Amino acid sequence: MSTTENKLTFSRRNFLRTSAIASGGIMIGFNLFTACKPNVKPSIDVENLNFNDFNAFIKIADNGYVTIYSPNPEIGQGVKTSMPMIIAEELDVDWDKVHVAQAPLNTKEYKRQLAGGSQSIRFGWDALRQTGATTKQMLVNAAAAKWGVDASTCKASKGEITNAKGETLGYGDVVKEAAALEVPENVTLKKPSEFTIIGTDAVNVDLKKIVTGKPLFGLDYKAEGMLYASVLRPPAFGQKLKSFDASEAKKVNGVIDVITIGEKARKFLDAGKFNWTFIMSNTDKVVVIAENTWAAFKGKKAIKAVWEDAGELENTDAQNKILNEILEGKDFDTRREDGDVKKAFTEADKVIEKTYHSPFLPHNCLEPMNFYANVTPEKVHLAGPVQTPEYAALAVSDMLDRDINQIQVDMTRMGGGFGRRLYGDFVYEAAEISNAIKKPVKVVSSREDDMTTGIYRPAIKYRIAASIKNGEITGYHLKEAAINSNMYGLIPHFFPAGCISNYKVSTKNYKSDVTTGAWRAPYTNFLAFAEQAFFDEVAQDLGKDAVQLRLELLENVKNTTDKKIEYSGKRMQDTIKLAAEKGSWGKAKEGVYQGFSAYYSHNTHVAEVAEVELKDGFPVVTKVIAAVDCGIVVNPTGAINQIQGGVLDGIGHAMYGDLSFKDGKPSNKNFDTYRLIRMNETPQVEVHFVENELSPTGLGEPGLPPAGGAVANAIHKALGKRLYNQPFDQELKTNSEKLKG
Amino acid sequence: MPTYNLKINGKSVAVNADEDTPLLWVLRDELNMVGTKFGCGISQCGACTVHADGAAIRSCQLQVSMAEDLNITTIEGLSEKGDHPLQQAWKEVDVPQCGYCQAGQIMTAASFLKENPNPTTQEIREAMNGNLCRCASYNRIEKAVAIAAEKMS
Repeated sequence: MSTTENKLTFSRRNFLRTSAIASGGIMIGFNLFTACKPNVKPSIDVENLNFNDFNAFIKIADNGYVTIYSPNPEIGQGVKTSMPMIIAEELDVDWDKVHVAQAPLNTKEYKRQLAGGSQSIRFGWDALRQTGATTKQMLVNAAAAKWGVDASTCKASKGEITNAKGETLGYGDVVKEAAALEVPENVTLKKPSEFTIIGTDAVNVDLKKIVTGKPLFGLDYKAEGMLYASVLRPPAFGQKLKSFDASEAKKVNGVIDVITIGEKARKFLDAGKFNWTFIMSNTDKVVVIAENTWAAFKGKKAIKAVWEDAGELENTDAQNKILNEILEGKDFDTRREDGDVKKAFTEADKVIEKTYHSPFLPHNCLEPMNFYANVTPEKVHLAGPVQTPEYAALAVSDMLDRDINQIQVDMTRMGGGFGRRLYGDFVYEAAEISNAIKKPVKVVSSREDDMTTGIYRPAIKYRIAASIKNGEITGYHLKEAAINSNMYGLIPHFFPAGCISNYKVSTKNYKSDVTTGAWRAPYTNFLAFAEQAFFDEVAQDLGKDAVQLRLELLENVKNTTDKKIEYSGKRMQDTIKLAAEKGSWGKAKEGVYQGFSAYYSHNTHVAEVAEVELKDGFPVVTKVIAAVDCGIVVNPTGAINQIQGGVLDGIGHAMYGDLSFKDGKPSNKNFDTYRLIRMNETPQVEVHFVENELSPTGLGEPGLPPAGGAVANAIHKALGKRLYNQPFDQELKTNSEKLKG
Repeated sequence: MPTYNLKINGKSVAVNADEDTPLLWVLRDELNMVGTKFGCGISQCGACTVHADGAAIRSCQLQVSMAEDLNITTIEGLSEKGDHPLQQAWKEVDVPQCGYCQAGQIMTAASFLKENPNPTTQEIREAMNGNLCRCASYNRIEKAVAIAAEKMS
């Protein structure tokens, strides 16, 4: 359907069947089914109310209860609460009468049903508001027609329409009539000062289910006749299955069958499709089909497989050597170049150059990868946790050569995403297995499967150089050496692009057998540390305050006309000033060491002050004060939660996160050796928002990138030692050993 | 397969399972009680925490054959109406992000507060240190445990 169709008058019948297009292609629908008789007390068991079932954002029951479908996948970023809040605001209903349900994948009715890049709220904002406001206007129009008055004399608020005489009708009273009306083209949106839901705290809509243990997640999903599958993949990247003996596995109680998969995926890959989404795609995989998860895991352990090396198996020492060679070489892609960097460095009084290194990181979602598939002649039913359901549906339709309309994807809540669930390898495996055994099946990963056959944050090295002349930064050159791919999109145009007149970003990567991909705040999760630690060092060298230097540099970008520079000098300065003020920058108590960092990513400006104290000579992060400009804050409690989590995630991985490879095998398999941050290591995170009425931007990622830099800069104040390599923990240990030495 | 008689949330249930099956998978796959989560399988993350005779244990490490004489409480049985002071505090503080670890966090906290009804902040941090939260909602878990302690005293 084209967007021009919103000018058409829908017959009631059409409206019911197809519902209407509002601005931005968003659909509105009404439930006309009357579940309860008008004088029956509304049931509080909203879920069991008999709402008419058709796909749309909004359903209204005649008792006034409203169901709002949340279109996007929920990975812990809070959109299942905040997106419906935006609709409810413009619809003008009591939030406590709203029931939120997860929409399934429906590309005809919803746009951009994915969780990635912290963009759900930013892209959803206008469309969600239009949806709510358009629906409200139709309800008002219906009430006005019933009263025989002009709609402009009626007002709607909290689920009721009031006319000039003071008579009222509930939304549920007029919903039937409203659905038969023409869809208004132009509706008035509220002014931010009129908001009653946006800007107030709404508790996570799934909280009750979460704290009482109700089924919510992919691993909780069950279907009649469903079997469990455990997939044995090569122990090392770069290996292939040679042969296997399943006789012991088949003796395990509950094991039904042992099969191999790979053929479907390979055909698909040979066609050059989606190859980056497959893990270990050049090999067959052994699959144990069982009656329950435990039998599937046990059966997999009992498989005796022989693996052969398909090529040279990789070692992290060698990987680092290649990255260093790239940095020393000259063969780079120039991603942005301003002015004359070469001249600036030639004429400099001084050049400061530093190199920063980060290791591979697994995502470690606490819910291991899993997915349900039921491939039947009629349709392909997929259900589970995936950040990109539309992409998964397309890939499965292609792989199994099925019409896209036969693919149904239901989304479960996700036990974390962090980028890992952008890749649907587990969906394709589930589909291939179900297709082979002709039964409904759920693929379940153990923690070891999850950590050792991942799509990792690649190891990266940055070399940053600044030319200094007459006490000013005259040139800046950032080189990125990475594995498999390089920084994407507008990242080369982030700070300090536009702030330093001679500026250059160069990137280069090499291909590895280790699968790599997006990890919460891709590239910037480490780039921000490197850059913000570098500026701290430059400020020290110039004898300038770290905050002052940033504010001065940002002054230069304020009047830029460069459309690729999307961060705002003014907003970044205001955010920095707020963090400095709330964090009492430069006024630390005795024994407290402060570090500063500021970073724009995912359209949100963030600045952080970290406080470090020494305990037995070892630096401990005790507090972080974060300032955030994300425009209007839709749900403050959720927003603060995201920033707190992002900051602590950033600190945890900067301090401890480390995965390396020996002969193609990951160094860690489980949480006994892989260290994640725990409560006893967490500082308190205080969050402040820059107040404005600008359209909201996302919060799932941008809190993370500045955290490592703030901590490293504070540790430098405490110990006088600069940190260049993550995880810091190892560098600090090396340091204390040297000191003891 | 042998039959085991278990006492879960005050009810007796008989399950058929191999003797080495962890209680975690009996709960999840056989009894459809999926509130107890699988995170690591080696007692490092705490997502599978349940109570055995009131003590917090990792259900991934308790074989079903060893569970017969124990009174097992899972998140589904922590309170009848989902209003245990910890569950209330979790709502007041709006703790969860993804929510996956939270049942285990609550079960650890419930057992801890029984033993130590008036904990210091440091005692809370140490008691909860065995439970991973990958979203790092630690500040809020810490606060919610403190609030629940106040409610219970």
